[in-house]
Amino acid sequence: MSSLFSFPSPPPCPQAEALRGEVRDFLATELAERSPLRRAESWNGFDADFSRRLGARGWIGMTWPKRYGGHERSALERYVVLEEMLAAGAPVAAHWIADRQSGPNLLRYGTEAQRLSLLPRMAAGEHFFCIGMSEPDAGSDLASVRTRATRVAGGWVVNGTKLWTTNAHLCHTMIMFCRTGRPDETADRHGGTSQFLVDLTLPGVTIRSIDALTGEHHFNEVVLQDLFLPETALIGTEGGGWSQVMSELAFERSGPERFLSSFALLVELMRVIGRDPSERAAIAVGRLAAHIASLRRLSRSVAGLLAAGADPALQAAMVKDLGALVEQEIVEIARQLVPPEAGGDTYAAVLAYLTLHAPSFSLRGGTREILRGIIARGLGLR
Amino acid sequence: MNQAACESDDALLRESASRLFRDHVTAAVLAGVERGEWPATLWQAIADAGLPAALLPESAGGFGVPVSDALGLLREAGRVGLPVPLPETMLAGWLLAGAGLPVPDGPLALVAGAGLELQPERSGWRLSGECSGVAWGRAAVAVVALVMAQDRAFVAVLRRPGDWALQPVMNVAGEPRDSLRFDASLPGAAVAGAARGIGLPQLRAAGAVTRSLMIAGALQRITEMTVQYAGERRQFGKPIGGFQAVQQNLAVLAAQAAAATAAADLGAQGFAEGLRLPAIAVAKSRAGEAAGIGAAIAHQIHGAIGFTYEHSLHFLTRRLWAWRDEYGGEAEWNLLLGRHLAAAGADRLWPELTAL
Repeated sequence: MSSLFSFPSPPPCPQAEALRGEVRDFLATELAERSPLRRAESWNGFDADFSRRLGARGWIGMTWPKRYGGHERSALERYVVLEEMLAAGAPVAAHWIADRQSGPNLLRYGTEAQRLSLLPRMAAGEHFFCIGMSEPDAGSDLASVRTRATRVAGGWVVNGTKLWTTNAHLCHTMIMFCRTGRPDETADRHGGTSQFLVDLTLPGVTIRSIDALTGEHHFNEVVLQDLFLPETALIGTEGGGWSQVMSELAFERSGPERFLSSFALLVELMRVIGRDPSERAAIAVGRLAAHIASLRRLSRSVAGLLAAGADPALQAAMVKDLGALVEQEIVEIARQLVPPEAGGDTYAAVLAYLTLHAPSFSLRGGTREILRGIIARGLGLR
Repeated sequence: MNQAACESDDALLRESASRLFRDHVTAAVLAGVERGEWPATLWQAIADAGLPAALLPESAGGFGVPVSDALGLLREAGRVGLPVPLPETMLAGWLLAGAGLPVPDGPLALVAGAGLELQPERSGWRLSGECSGVAWGRAAVAVVALVMAQDRAFVAVLRRPGDWALQPVMNVAGEPRDSLRFDASLPGAAVAGAARGIGLPQLRAAGAVTRSLMIAGALQRITEMTVQYAGERRQFGKPIGGFQAVQQNLAVLAAQAAAATAAADLGAQGFAEGLRLPAIAVAKSRAGEAAGIGAAIAHQIHGAIGFTYEHSLHFLTRRLWAWRDEYGGEAEWNLLLGRHLAAAGADRLWPELTAL
């Protein structure tokens, strides 16, 4: 079990620290006019032009091979770019999924033709991806998906509905997880599933908005009706979908976006309490900072493990569970230290924005209960 | 690769220390210490292995391992609730070596703080005042003091019987935390200026790093014990670890142990890189918070049996409750960190965090 607590120190990386300065300079110019409220959107902020400029700087697909448009830089350098973007509140949503999981998924399981046709455009910040996993009756219980791809001459025909597909209306391609086994195969819930590339402009794809409680449009329902996919749309092996999806999730759960979602509020709180805060305020923000600093070390450690080819799914689940707790706690502590009416309009707006978004932090990417179940399994209890 | 080589050295030291601790620290030894016994065999084994000198440079009798590796011993010490003053002896030796003073053999006690006064005398110095919470004062062959005089920090070593009077006190874990009263004439050779940059806050921070690492080790161990117990204890026809409510709590315990481990490692790095106080504040605050949450869950899952003296869980949970308050609790370190960050200003928050 000692591997459970194995969070090796991230190795020193002087290139990464040099890069940090470049990124900060870039962001200082790019985001000079970005308001705190917009910064609070964190990795929900969608700006295709910004993503394209980031791609031009070589800051998307940084670790991918050069022949696929990548830049062959280290995982720690990529981590620096991610955390600087999030801390500054840059609008990274457009390319985030492609960079975080779709690209690595294609590098690992995709065909050479898929990689050559997609990865260079993804790295350029011109081709955006979204995730088609959940369904109306398959949320935490992903293995119960019902969307089915059936073999036909020259490819597949797909029928089903994907749900909570963030930014499907703004993205080019969805990676879809669905059933491909025989309909009577019910014993093995994990077998008989596969992943496909779905071009969202194809006939047979209908995207409908599902507005969040804030009234914002991020989520979508993606209905797939007699959608024809060519043979070349299959990712990896037919029937290998479950293990492919699981390996994607370690990338999805351990990054800095799992503890920095409320960072903009902490910054505004610091601004309001000032440089000489009350003892009570100093203790409260010191504690939050201690949590963030500890999570950052855990998360960088997992990034190092991922880069070394390890499978830190368990450690990733811990980062996300602890991270969501502090993201949600920042909201509660801020409002008790400085009530909305006492902090000025900007502070109040950021506090309101994060109050409304906080419930999602322990839902998206695996609920708190699912993550703790994964940790318990890692402890040998299930 | 270099990195792999470093890791294996570190692992070697930790592995041998861990084996030594496991062999010698039994429940009987832990209980004996609470009855006032001194575990001489354990201390001798630790001394024979050279562990008290782990923080010393080779010139002062150390074995020249990196500071963070030497401190890693204390995580192993925390796993067993090591009932001897290894951390204080390591720190006292480090303080003496930094001041250019010889390091006595044997267990050392460490005192510091505003309650002490050092004044020049005709033929040396006079140290007076009192200190409470002195770890293992009763077992020390010498007391090492860090004390301010003439606006700078001095290190003084007291080694004659009668240099101090001792009132025995214990912490909630039954570990000796004695009150010492001083009124001693010291020869000139027993006092020297502390190493550059070492003052009372730095020594307190160094102590906080030791406790952070010990907390991380103890949390790791109680996680293992609790998982094992949940797999063995059967109720309603199955192991209690089969119930989701228990599983979810165990997951929280494990995550707290992981957070404390990461924070303590950051603190050890802060120690190694010149006692950076904000990094150490993160360590003690986060580990201290995890100690309380973790101990509570371990007890909840162990149920009534874990509340008995006979069961060994309390040797670690009581230490977690003690250690989280020693060398500053969460509030003290959160205040330091919060003031440091506030003074830098809101727009410097992120650069300050990445510099920790």
